[in-house]
Amino acid sequence: MKAIRLNQWEDRNFIELVTRESGQAVENCYQCGKCTAGCPIAFACDLMPNQVIRMVQMGLKEEVLHCQSIWLCASCVTCTVRCPRNIDVARVMDTLRIMARHQGISPPGKGRYVALFNENFLGYIQKNGRLFELATMAIFNLKTGQPFREASTGLAMLKRGKLKLTVTKPRGLDEINRIFEKVRQAEKGGKK
Amino acid sequence: MKLAYYPGCSLEASGKEYDLSTRAVCKHLGIELIEIPDWSCCGATAGHSTSHLLSLALPARNLALAEEMGLDVTAPCASCYQRLALTCYELKQNPRLQKEINEITGRSFQGKIKVVSILEAINYIGLEGIQNQVVKPLKGLKIAAYYGCLLVRPRNIQIDDPENPQIIEKIMQASGAEPVEWPHKTECCGASLAISNEDIATTMVSRILKAASLSGAHCLVCACPLCHFNLDMRQLKVNRLQGTNYQLPVFYFTQLLGIALGLNPDDLSLHTHFVDTTHVLKMVG
Repeated sequence: MKAIRLNQWEDRNFIELVTRESGQAVENCYQCGKCTAGCPIAFACDLMPNQVIRMVQMGLKEEVLHCQSIWLCASCVTCTVRCPRNIDVARVMDTLRIMARHQGISPPGKGRYVALFNENFLGYIQKNGRLFELATMAIFNLKTGQPFREASTGLAMLKRGKLKLTVTKPRGLDEINRIFEKVRQAEKGGKK
Repeated sequence: MKLAYYPGCSLEASGKEYDLSTRAVCKHLGIELIEIPDWSCCGATAGHSTSHLLSLALPARNLALAEEMGLDVTAPCASCYQRLALTCYELKQNPRLQKEINEITGRSFQGKIKVVSILEAINYIGLEGIQNQVVKPLKGLKIAAYYGCLLVRPRNIQIDDPENPQIIEKIMQASGAEPVEWPHKTECCGASLAISNEDIATTMVSRILKAASLSGAHCLVCACPLCHFNLDMRQLKVNRLQGTNYQLPVFYFTQLLGIALGLNPDDLSLHTHFVDTTHVLKMVG
């Protein structure tokens, strides 16, 4: 990890913003490291969960919103249930991902694929109401330039009758599309 | 018992064994499942990673549909369960948020219903009740119960202890199987990263398989279609990449319970797994 000059706090309001958006008292963290000890993706993190929280406390907004870890967080919620200070760390990770996205920050490294997957997934739901695994996978593969990724898995699934080839769409697609639009409008109006 | 049934997207395809076996077991045990007409996706991890309001609004539409049916709702998928249960909890806690979400969905969810996992729904029958209906006890079958994350975390919606849950073990014991003690039953399998970053997910899967294998279990028993696909399909990849030779079939608890209850194997889809199930199925006749 590179050295960080603490006299260059970029955003002293950052902790307040994260606290408000996540509803979590981030200032309560006393750095016991339990979140990191139990984190199943710590081996793939650029910043450990306790470091993310500490950096939020210190107002290091750019470092935090540009790290891979906030995207790689698997949302397993182990950190949350083990936190002796009752901070919902997983919720803070959600909040940081959402903030990074709203600020138009492109996720670095492996985070890029997570963001792309999420975008794809939700785009599909908005149009079709339910996830259609085959299509979502195919679109992801095309967008990441690896059209034949998991092709053998697809074939194996087909053989086992686990690959649906037709879409089942619920009635009320307008309603589902409207939910996405209304959420967008509400968030533009300053609510997250 | 009558419940609104939310199968969720995975159960329509990659998790079809779970759908079939859940329906068969519930029918046998007298739990009437009525599928919510026109249910839509709960948003899953992509939803809550992208927008808090969306992560509530997508499940809220389905909760409102179930409430219109006048029934509590059950979801076999752990991810669907967690999203529905968390939304139900948050909206009941916060009337202002409930109103805001109702404005977004255009439906009026009043918080009058409950969300239960399918494990809880079956557990309501009582272990004795289950035991009394077992005609083919799973004698000699050692199982490693695997819960993953979403049934036991976070606290507000947990169906059992987040570190050492027992509900699957109890149901399996009632079915005559022998649960093993093992340390990874609530470790994350990384399913949410399986498509975007398979290398990370594969490492996570391999840790779980290693622990299960060392425990002496003959198979894994789970209650989530995402865990199932990840542990079953990626087991072959782990073997190829790491030179291991795990042969641990991954069953849904409903499949093994179905066998014990003497249900028709065709209704339990026992041979559509990636890891061959034959050697374990032979053990239970």
